[in-house]
Amino acid sequence: MSEAIQLSRRLFLKSSAVAGGGFALAATFPMAARANAAAGPSQLSAFITINADDTITIVGKNPEIGQGIKTMLPMLIAEELDADWDSVSVEQADTNAAKYGPQLAGGSFATPMNWIPMRQAGAAARAMLLSAAAQRWGVSVSSLATEPGRVVEKSGSRSASFGELAADAALMDVPDPATLKLKDQADFRIIGRAIGGVDSPKVVRGEPIFGVDTQLPGMVYAAFERSPVFGASLVSADLDAAKAQPGVIDAFTIDAAPQVELTQGVAVIADNWWLANKARAALSPQWDNGEWAEHSSAGYAQAAQEAWAAGSSDEVFAEKGDADAAFAEADKVLEAEYSYPFLAHAAMEPMNCTALMHEDGTMEMWAPSQTPQGGQAAVAGYLGLEPSQVTVHITRMGGGFGRRLNNDYMVQAAAIAKQMPGTPVNLIWSREDDVRSDFYRPAGWHKLRAALNAEGKITGWADHFVTFDLGDGQFNPAVMDADEFPAKYVDNLHFEQTKMQTAVPMGALRAPRSNAIAYVMQSFLDEVAHATGKDLPTLMLELTDGVEAEPPAEGFMGPQPGFSAPRLQAVTRKVMQMADWATPSPDGRARGFGFYYSHMGYFAEVVEASLDDRNNPVVHNVWAAGDVGRQIINPFGALNQVEGSIIDGIGQAMQLAVEIEGGAVKQSNFHNYPLPRMPMTPQIHVEWVLSDNDPTGLGEPALPPVIPALTNALFALTGKRVRSLPIDTSLFA
Amino acid sequence: MAYSVTINGETREIDAPGDMPLLWALRNELGMVGTKFGCGIGMCGACTVHVDGQATRSCSLPLSAVGDKQVSTIESLGETPVGQALQQAWLDEDVMQCGYCQAGQLMNATALLNNNPNPSDGEIEAAMQGNICRCACYKRIHSAIARVARNEESANV
Repeated sequence: MSEAIQLSRRLFLKSSAVAGGGFALAATFPMAARANAAAGPSQLSAFITINADDTITIVGKNPEIGQGIKTMLPMLIAEELDADWDSVSVEQADTNAAKYGPQLAGGSFATPMNWIPMRQAGAAARAMLLSAAAQRWGVSVSSLATEPGRVVEKSGSRSASFGELAADAALMDVPDPATLKLKDQADFRIIGRAIGGVDSPKVVRGEPIFGVDTQLPGMVYAAFERSPVFGASLVSADLDAAKAQPGVIDAFTIDAAPQVELTQGVAVIADNWWLANKARAALSPQWDNGEWAEHSSAGYAQAAQEAWAAGSSDEVFAEKGDADAAFAEADKVLEAEYSYPFLAHAAMEPMNCTALMHEDGTMEMWAPSQTPQGGQAAVAGYLGLEPSQVTVHITRMGGGFGRRLNNDYMVQAAAIAKQMPGTPVNLIWSREDDVRSDFYRPAGWHKLRAALNAEGKITGWADHFVTFDLGDGQFNPAVMDADEFPAKYVDNLHFEQTKMQTAVPMGALRAPRSNAIAYVMQSFLDEVAHATGKDLPTLMLELTDGVEAEPPAEGFMGPQPGFSAPRLQAVTRKVMQMADWATPSPDGRARGFGFYYSHMGYFAEVVEASLDDRNNPVVHNVWAAGDVGRQIINPFGALNQVEGSIIDGIGQAMQLAVEIEGGAVKQSNFHNYPLPRMPMTPQIHVEWVLSDNDPTGLGEPALPPVIPALTNALFALTGKRVRSLPIDTSLFA
Repeated sequence: MAYSVTINGETREIDAPGDMPLLWALRNELGMVGTKFGCGIGMCGACTVHVDGQATRSCSLPLSAVGDKQVSTIESLGETPVGQALQQAWLDEDVMQCGYCQAGQLMNATALLNNNPNPSDGEIEAAMQGNICRCACYKRIHSAIARVARNEESANV
């Protein structure tokens, strides 16, 4: 383990007294230590506050998008503190990388990153409460224990509440987190309990907790007009006509700043958002679309066909053995073309951000962002400020799904507010803006080939992937891993790719890459299984038979477990048992299987589907077996994520596509981007396979396998292979 | 133009154009932001309020059309027994993920149970299908409504 990693595992703690006899424990978290090691001592912040009245306040450091993090991270602290959960309240942290380390809602990273340090913070506070009681009573710490919210003498004679001990605890030495013994799993009282979301009571009362609910004295509203064609530039707009509309305060152009994802356009400011948005029509903007208006989804699909026909690609990105020979010598060769469309995120809360340029030139923002630190840096860079001069309050978000990893709307709000110093501006996008100005899940095209020998074994595996050139961005959702399953388990491999140029913005959608690649690979493997007289789960078990778990590898947050074939095998066997796989479905229904490993989670899923009298697929049952480690931290949130992911995936498979026509997005709102509704909800049966691994996140990994499980079920039902998404029901006519 | 509208039992004066949707009068003129903007075309149900007790999409109801009808919003939901029971069921079932659509879901569910205290599963689906939940908490929304319907029924026996 490198020194940097050891450093990153350290938690820095500091205590202080709180007015009225309370005790606060401040912490800096591992990644902050890593980020700021060169910058000297980090600033410390109150993370846990125990008040004399026994109430406890815990800071929730990460952005809440509905993944349940504002409840789950404080649960980890409260567990090791041995707090009474009912006495805990949670406060949302502001954005501060030096205090909190990464404050990120994405990649299902929060659970693995925080599982140990959050618990250490709680354990340190508990140790100080124990020390305080030991000193007060003149006994040894080892003669004491805790019960929720209290320190008790094991002999049973004395006890004191945390609040009664808090003032003394503030004077105790802060323990080295590394010396603290964390609880055994069997002793958990809060972790593993189904606990409702800490903000939920406010939600059901309609309290203003979302970004778009931000209200400040003197606040005005902004709408933004940009070209529907990506990459176009503004020729003219009638600002005076817009300014003459009812309620409009101002209208002005905003220049593009591509390095911070700011598009060119016109801001319209009014005292009511609806009036600002309505006045956009008066702008009559003229755009120069350049070459981009020629672009279309159909054109990209045509280009993919041409690339395949030409047999040439830009790059071979994985090569093993002698694939040409394997195909030449094959007993049977399977070949198939798969494709999937662009997708929008369509979070329920449209993109918005509130910004206030103070008279002293500093910026204050109320931002529904999955990466508020990234937004802070982007805004600071755009305005020529230091990040510390940009205060970013993290609001609850009406969904994210990856859309709010891009902070274009934050920079846009800052650019508008810069023109109106002293006036807070609430920028809101219409649903049409949201659907047509997204960072889309990339469309993709795969020409797959499998070489099979006489025994039905895969001897060669090849893909010509046609995708987009997205440059060298930080995260590229339009690439495929060189070791994409089953690459490691075949002797002869050939992956090549052709990259097209485009102005369509692309980004991460829940389970990025995986949400598309799982469909392609698990479908084609299902074709292989059928061609060799077996079923997909059997093929998956055979391909990974006897393969040991790979050693840990360096990942985003330090060493993380390598891919484990035994864990794949366990969830596969589990779901076959849950779904009673060997027994055929009732008449008119059929089942399909899908497995995928993503975000360190293993999910095997079985879908049971039929067709209605108009050939529309109907999903009746979904069985899901998931392995995300030895502990489900909050069963409420965990199950909710899996159920939501499954319905999300079914919706994508059945009816969602963003189509580019004339360089712009054809879809605009929920009438032509039809998200799943209640009647599409199947019975969902979820079971956990607990393995001896630290817990990992659940925001994403349950989604990818449901799509091929559905399309494989439809093949089993009809003999028709769905090789393009969304499912074209005319296939079954 | 000034409109006089009764919202949650209170008369409010709103000086805004008559074609402004009730949603934006609530949110930006009155600062009542519990009612949510989702699509603006009546397709998602996030903006659902009650107008004379009927679930209504406030994004598609012009201010001038409200007249002397009684408007009630999520902010007053807890004042009615059915609304309060649904709020509690929402918490007991841990219905929500992001929660953004839930004001509309709750308003729609309350109207359903006020009109039909004991809906079948199919009736719940039919009544709720106009409300999109992007997080897809549909199973729990359904369970929470059914839970209240069952309790109501037993209370009435």
